Amino acid sequence: MNLPRISFRMLVCDWRAGELNLLLFALVIAVGGIATVGFFVDRVQLTLSRQGNQLLGADLIIVSDHQISQHYTDEALRLGLVVSNALKFPSMVAKGENSLLTEIKAVATDYPLRGELRISDNISNVSSPRADYIPNAIPSSGSVWVDDKLANRLTLKQGDTIEVGATKLTVTALITQEPDHSIGFISLAPRLLINAVDLPATNLIKQGSRVTYRLLIAGDAGLVKSFKSWAQARLVLGERIEDIRDARPEIKTVLERAEKFLSLAAMASVVLATVAIALAVRQFILRHLDTCAVMRCLGTSQKKILKLYLYYFIMFGIAASSIGCVLGLISQEVLTYWLSTIAEVEIPPPSLLPAIHGLLFGMAILLGFALPPLLNLKSVPALRVLHRDIGSQNTGSLAGYATGLVTLLVLFLWQAGDAQLGISVMSTFILAVVVFGFFGFLMIKILSSLLGQTRGVWHYGLASILRRTAINVVQIIAIGLGIMALLTLTLIQNNFLQDWRAGLPSDTPNYFLVNIQTDQLRPLENFFEQNEILSPTVFPMVRGRLISINNKIVLSENYFDTRAKRLIEREFNLSWAEEIRSDNKIIAGHWWENGGIGEAVVSIEEGVAKTIGIHLGDVLTYEIAGQILSVTVTSLRKVNWDSFRVNFFVVTPPSILKQYPATYITSLYLQKEQLTVINKLVKNFPNFLVIDVEAIIAQVQKIMEQVTKAIEFVFLFTLLSGLAVLYAAIVTTHDERVYEAAIFRVLGANRRQLVRVWVIEFAILGGLAGLLAAIGASSLNYIVGKYALNMPYTFNPWVFLAGLLFGGIGVVVVGLIGTRGALTRPPLQTLRKIA
Amino acid sequence: MAVDPIIQPIVRAVSLNKKVRTGDTQLIILQDINLVINAGETVAILGASGSGKSTLLGLLAGLDTPSSGTVYLDGVNIFSLNEDERAAIRGRILGFIFQSFQLLPALTAIENVMLPLELLGSSNARTTALDLLGRVGLGMRLKHYPKQLSGGEQQRVAIARAFVTQPKLFLADEPTGNLDSVTGAHIINLMFELNRERGATLLLVTHDEAISSRCTQRVRLAGGEIIN
Repeated sequence: MNLPRISFRMLVCDWRAGELNLLLFALVIAVGGIATVGFFVDRVQLTLSRQGNQLLGADLIIVSDHQISQHYTDEALRLGLVVSNALKFPSMVAKGENSLLTEIKAVATDYPLRGELRISDNISNVSSPRADYIPNAIPSSGSVWVDDKLANRLTLKQGDTIEVGATKLTVTALITQEPDHSIGFISLAPRLLINAVDLPATNLIKQGSRVTYRLLIAGDAGLVKSFKSWAQARLVLGERIEDIRDARPEIKTVLERAEKFLSLAAMASVVLATVAIALAVRQFILRHLDTCAVMRCLGTSQKKILKLYLYYFIMFGIAASSIGCVLGLISQEVLTYWLSTIAEVEIPPPSLLPAIHGLLFGMAILLGFALPPLLNLKSVPALRVLHRDIGSQNTGSLAGYATGLVTLLVLFLWQAGDAQLGISVMSTFILAVVVFGFFGFLMIKILSSLLGQTRGVWHYGLASILRRTAINVVQIIAIGLGIMALLTLTLIQNNFLQDWRAGLPSDTPNYFLVNIQTDQLRPLENFFEQNEILSPTVFPMVRGRLISINNKIVLSENYFDTRAKRLIEREFNLSWAEEIRSDNKIIAGHWWENGGIGEAVVSIEEGVAKTIGIHLGDVLTYEIAGQILSVTVTSLRKVNWDSFRVNFFVVTPPSILKQYPATYITSLYLQKEQLTVINKLVKNFPNFLVIDVEAIIAQVQKIMEQVTKAIEFVFLFTLLSGLAVLYAAIVTTHDERVYEAAIFRVLGANRRQLVRVWVIEFAILGGLAGLLAAIGASSLNYIVGKYALNMPYTFNPWVFLAGLLFGGIGVVVVGLIGTRGALTRPPLQTLRKIA
Repeated sequence: MAVDPIIQPIVRAVSLNKKVRTGDTQLIILQDINLVINAGETVAILGASGSGKSTLLGLLAGLDTPSSGTVYLDGVNIFSLNEDERAAIRGRILGFIFQSFQLLPALTAIENVMLPLELLGSSNARTTALDLLGRVGLGMRLKHYPKQLSGGEQQRVAIARAFVTQPKLFLADEPTGNLDSVTGAHIINLMFELNRERGATLLLVTHDEAISSRCTQRVRLAGGEIIN
């Protein structure tokens, strides 16, 4: 007997008879959804990172305090990546008798690898808007490009000659946008861009010069990733790797949240798809019990039946998953088009990986949930031919479903890409199954006590629910899980969007003023007053180096984390404050009372505390201007870095730091027409460092917009999977319902009476499931918000109404669509078909 | 068959045809059926398996649609109506018994019997249903679900359900087909008794010559046609 051929014939027959429609629909949507979401997550992350990388000038940078070893370049080139060398160092730059400490950056051809460098020929006239453009190349040998600060302070114009070390170079343009312009508070000197070819002539690079060497790397994301791990293992003292996350904390937060949300959306799709497939498989098995009984009667062994259906499902799985993958690939193309209109970066080419992922997922989930009931199918007694009730009770044992669940768990963790998040979300879903099942059963039992008091359509609607208690509990669980996944995503999406749609407030500071001296505070206030600008709050800043924690010397070499190393190596900006700032929140310990007079205490930002390993109660010792200061950590703070406002890692009460030499820092928002004020400010206070963060704000806003769109799109797919679940859940009782409708019709029921019975039944089921889903979604939202997304939990009472309405109305609509045929079909046709 | 111009027929089938297309071939189930049944008659439709008996009964009840021709039930051309209007006529004048009982599994015996009355909006459905279930000998099994009843008991519930609206026409499709001979005989007796008590018209499909001999008229089908 050629079993695969028989299986194929059975498959074709079932396909023609429409027996596979639901399973096919569920599997195609599931695989298509997974492939699309997987692809989308990949590509969106990649695109967003690249968008971010514009601010870095590359995909990855190796930064070193010594000449960067050639083997990094060799390896990068071997992998097919592009590289460019740059170096930075501070030096005096002079025009005539005026000289200024400037940060000089020498760059080679191809700079920048990512993002845009823009220049303007209009150097001197700052009051009128400058027409800028992207140059074809870096400054030619002998010429330099200067930034605003340098141009202002040395009153430079095009064609001026400046002295850079031992050589003289001609100013040819003004830099209006520089992709890797640091906004750290240390290097805010005026900037000068020169061609690396001119570097030897300057004679500035000598032993002991404070030079930072940078190797810029860009290329295919996968290759960059492998290069990163290769290079990471070979870093020596003084070398570090920077990518956009290390370099830009404000973008890091946005990107990480987006990634977590997208992976959450993918996880929701996995759950929804699994539920839909599990339900569809159940329906399939129920419909095939008779076929199996007949086969058993005709002498087919159990083993052969199992094999027949195994081949059947493998063939079906491959076919349906392939259709799903094609759907995914089509969506991929649509997305590519869509992304290309919003992203200004080159979109990475499509990969087959999401398709393979989708195919494997489809097969795993189909077989995971189909095999256990198949084992039951093979043991259908031949006696079922005579007694149809026999063998229809168990469509899957508990152990069987456990196989499916384990498959799901593995796929889930794979999809989540974050074990902790995956396990916590999965546990919540498993708990939800139990809770929904229990409460679903309880509520149905409570309804049964009402049965005696109802009449007419209400009576028949309720009676149908009670009659099918077991399957209705399954339906409540399935619909509940579907709605729970959708509500959770909606809640989180809303939180995101509220956060991001508002974006950054229009008065987000776009300028930072650093290095304000104590005796300049009053004159600065006057300056603002004269220029009719509201004087911004200034914050004190004392520089100190952390030397010990609990009297144990801290050494950078004891830390593996590059950020920790850098934090230890550099000086901290300490500040003081009486009251906690509104954008700071204490997450452990307490803020000092009454201004903390005389208390040797300190409050640390939670991120830095975690990186360095500082805990509540630790005694930190700082060296400030040659003196030692020991303070006890009494609170850990969460700081909203997205706000672009001045914030500090380390804050003490005023009485602790006031005695040390301090400078001040402030931030302010200036409108376009007020920009000339900056020029005046620089002239009045030449020691100030003015940082323009306009470009970074614009970039962050752009990323937020794209993330928002990406989230909305991914959500649509999840919604589609959710509908598939609703449909699959309703279809599980479709045959019984259609049969009952036919009997009602025989007995004289009209369409309105039938519809009312169904509406009552569907609305009760959907409403119950929706309510339970709202409880589940609120809990999951709390867990995900707290542990994965670092977002504050806000209880949303509307979610219960939404759950109730979505469940009630959704199930009624999907249910009525699914059963509408029974309203028009002559009853005898239905009865014959089902019999 | 001649049509009496004075007595109003309760059922009149005119040139009734039913064809089914299976792939490229067309299967003729019923061909040019013309039939008149007058009120108060008891009619047996006889024929071998596949002769079209059940299809004819289904068409006469408006449970299925013909390929051509029509049926007048109590003077109304039922195939000029939509499914809802046909259902309303069934509810008003017709009771139906199936070979496989076709009780609603979600409802108890009494609820199954009450259902047609409730669909008609009757206010004393419970009392009527109780009486009738007592009449068919199931007064003690009112709250049992179909699954908890034997085949004979289920068919008695179905008979009670068919008679509960006091229909003018009572249709039965091999009502004893799923029952043993003793139970079958009881069911047939019950059906004829109830029909006589209520003065209704009985139209039943059967293989059994003994049952058909109790009817006033016999219609024999072969190959989808009436042969006598």
